[in-house]
Amino acid sequence: MAKQDGNSHPGAPRDEHSTMVHEHIVEIVSDSGEGAQKCGVTFGTVSAKMGNGAWTVEIIPAEIKPPSRSRDGASGIRIRLGDHEITNMGDAADLVVAFNEQVLYGRIGQGAYHEGTVVLLENKWANDPSPQIRQAYADGVADFHDRGFVVHELAMEEACLAHTENPKLGKNMFVLGMLCWIYQRDVEMTLGEIAAIFSKKGEQVISLNQKLMQAGVEFARERLTYCFNVPCMDVDHELLVMNGNQAVGLGVMAAGIEMVSMYPITPATSASHYLAASIQSVGGFVHQAEDEIAAVGFAIGCSYAGKTACTITSGPGLALKMEFIGLAVMGEIPLVIVDVQRGGPSTGLPTKPEQGDLMAAMYGSPGDSPKPIIAAATIEECFHLIITARTIAEAFRTPVIVLTDAGLATGVQPIPRPEPCEEWLAPPVDQSPWKQGVPPYDWDEETGLSPRPIPGQRGGEYVLTGLAHTGQSKVAYDPASNIKGLEMRSRKLAALRATLKPPKIHGDDEGDLIVVGWGSTLGSIEEAVDRARADGYRVSSLHIRFLWPLEPGLRDIFMRFDKVMTIELNYSDPQHGLMMETQPGRPPHLALMLRGRTRRDIDYWSICQGLPLRPGQIHEVIMDRLHGMGLTGNEPQPVEAAMGSESCSG
Amino acid sequence: MFGLKKDWSLDVLPRYFTLEDYEGAIARWCPGCGDHAVLAAVQRICRDEQLLPEKTIIVSGIGCSSRFPHYMKTYGFHGLHGRALPVACGVKARRPDLHVWVATGDGDCCSIGAGHWLHAVRYNMDMTVMLFDNNIYGLTKAQTSPTSRPGQRTNTHPFGAWLPPLNPTLATLGFTNVSFVAKTVDWNPVHLHATLDAAFKHKGFSFVHIHQRCPQYTAKIYEAMQQDPSTILLLNHENGIQLDPAVAGMYEHQMAHDPLNHNEAVALAGREDLLPIGIFFQNESRPRYEQVTTIGMEMTTEERIAGLNRELDRFAI
Ligand code: SF4
Repeated sequence: MAKQDGNSHPGAPRDEHSTMVHEHIVEIVSDSGEGAQKCGVTFGTVSAKMGNGAWTVEIIPAEIKPPSRSRDGASGIRIRLGDHEITNMGDAADLVVAFNEQVLYGRIGQGAYHEGTVVLLENKWANDPSPQIRQAYADGVADFHDRGFVVHELAMEEACLAHTENPKLGKNMFVLGMLCWIYQRDVEMTLGEIAAIFSKKGEQVISLNQKLMQAGVEFARERLTYCFNVPCMDVDHELLVMNGNQAVGLGVMAAGIEMVSMYPITPATSASHYLAASIQSVGGFVHQAEDEIAAVGFAIGCSYAGKTACTITSGPGLALKMEFIGLAVMGEIPLVIVDVQRGGPSTGLPTKPEQGDLMAAMYGSPGDSPKPIIAAATIEECFHLIITARTIAEAFRTPVIVLTDAGLATGVQPIPRPEPCEEWLAPPVDQSPWKQGVPPYDWDEETGLSPRPIPGQRGGEYVLTGLAHTGQSKVAYDPASNIKGLEMRSRKLAALRATLKPPKIHGDDEGDLIVVGWGSTLGSIEEAVDRARADGYRVSSLHIRFLWPLEPGLRDIFMRFDKVMTIELNYSDPQHGLMMETQPGRPPHLALMLRGRTRRDIDYWSICQGLPLRPGQIHEVIMDRLHGMGLTGNEPQPVEAAMGSESCSG
Repeated sequence: MFGLKKDWSLDVLPRYFTLEDYEGAIARWCPGCGDHAVLAAVQRICRDEQLLPEKTIIVSGIGCSSRFPHYMKTYGFHGLHGRALPVACGVKARRPDLHVWVATGDGDCCSIGAGHWLHAVRYNMDMTVMLFDNNIYGLTKAQTSPTSRPGQRTNTHPFGAWLPPLNPTLATLGFTNVSFVAKTVDWNPVHLHATLDAAFKHKGFSFVHIHQRCPQYTAKIYEAMQQDPSTILLLNHENGIQLDPAVAGMYEHQMAHDPLNHNEAVALAGREDLLPIGIFFQNESRPRYEQVTTIGMEMTTEERIAGLNRELDRFAI
């Protein structure tokens, strides 16, 4: 565990030219298969170990094997590191290592860079046998200069050739070495990481990769005239580094869920991949079902028989599971359903984040189908909310939907190590005789709660049915029984709501504007709000985890702000223009829900680009709203350039 | 309260179950519906085997026959149309101690739930699956089912069904990892009982195709067969079903068929001249999915927490 209080790490190379920065965003982009991700993950891990806040996110092309040197094929990784906790991927990158100019264009198209971004570009294309490639490269370099990038054309591959015959495979470790020098990472620690990554491949591979890494350090030292120092924080607790899907997987195991029943779907599947490789450590099983419907049905069967089960899916899979989820509501079967949201509708954007499933989760099952819905806002919550969901599912005898998204699924962040305890695990199956005379749905009038007979419990025999039924689970078509069942199932949500606390406000308890969000946008929203607050604006935010039942106290909180707006990562109609002047456009999910539930006029802004929300984007929206309200903050302080520009050579 | 053991010693049973102990609500099928006979046979097997009612589960889908669990006094799961098999497999996955029966119809199993059918056969989990085949959708009032015969008039094909019917026995024999396939008829209670009994005792996924009369909508289709036993080919074998000679004597066409002979089973299932009944195929050596789904069940809380800590360690930096 790294522990120190100085500005730079003792193991790091020191350079008098280093510029101190509070944070930096680095990207490595390449054709797929060039190992950029391995390089970035190692860089992120070393940074986290040294005590930097870090957020790592993979840049994934939509195709498995896109053609090389193609814009759509841009593959790679972004690492945002800072001297404080980093909760999101940030805005434009400060430095990028690009293996060809075309993949860089792929990222330019996604707004990944700004004027001043340092580009370390592989230059072998300048001498390519193909005249088209030479031309494309030359054009690219000229254009990058025009865009204001600080371009360094570097013979990285050539330098690797001194150490390996196949630089395409080893270049990533060479680049890792370069980054080690640029950010003054602990070289010994990095060598150790390399040894760990390649431990299964043998000594020869380890030492080759270590050699390449060290060559990268030297290469950068000789050619680059500047480097950066991102001060480290004190780390006094153990840290784990993982992505949101791994956190979901660990949460499933920590919750004592024995059966994971799934069908492959992006971006949820990597959670099941992780579980398939690991759940045997806790005695569980991953069932790959024949389809999404069977996956949830199998989990329901397992749960009906008293064993805890979950199913993990994404939007299209959630749609297919809806009839069964309705049955679980009707028959009051505990079940955890994880929906890792992606872009929709239909096949949509399978690898991209969107918060488009809230309404489907709430109302996707026909008829009245109340069930708790909770949304994870951080990677850490991806872990803990699964345990919460499992507990609620059993205590309230209900399916529970946990929403995460592709952004959380692929984002990697250090989180404090959780301490597993027995209470997290599901209790063993109760096989004691069922109390005589107690019906299978012995609903408590006030809460709708009832104990559940489990097969094997003598005297508890009942037939679970999806038909309307009495407390005895007898099919009943009469109005009174139907109303009773509906009320009892709905009352459980009211009972759960009574246990919830009002959400914490980020910022002051009252002010001009409060921004309301849910899910993966937490980090970006709070960062944007902090920026506005630093400029003297009276802005706060709050983030909702319990969407159904809705966390209490919202109306009171909203009353204390002049304006309430949601910021969401989903589609809404523009509020002005088109035909919206005469008829209001369609608001996004949370705004629509909050309007109904709090009877307040809720403003909104949402976007659906297939990209995570960036703090800069949100900041702009906030400023736009505040200016629209006629408000001005303090004179904004001139912000120091993130880079020491005078020491950069173009 | 008493049971006689094989060695003639007397065993005092703490609990003894009569037929009544398995009888739930009064069955509401139409008078003369073949489902009544199947219910009686299952209740008899439960009684004969002294199955603990609390350890017995009937899982069903939606349809006339899927009302089955309501008429038993065991645990039951009356779920969704077509989805009995995934639920039943899920029940069995971590509860191998439970006796699982599945009631499903020709629409439920062979149409809306057909995808699950072939995979459940492949999973080969220990359960007894009864396909109630009346060639029609009864509950929703006479729509064509996948086993409806060409020319059969239904509400969805008032001028007669057109497509050739699906042959569930033949299809099941073709699914990978099949381990038990039998066919019986509801109107011969002795054969029905013997078949279901063999199916229940088979370790694995036992698929029993039951030709079931629906006097309400398809009164005619099994009439000839019922009245004329010479339309039926009785399969018997020392490894299969051996009926009481008094009952077997009814059938002029009989054949010794070894249930291990898959090729012959396929040929029999495809026969159109006679309706073969009995065990077509049985092989207990096929892998059963619960051999792996149950792994780790005995792990203690301490072991689980230790395992979890090891997993967390893998992410430590
Ligand atoms: S409609 Fe046919 S299958 Fe349904 S209960 Fe009546 S006779 Fe039986």
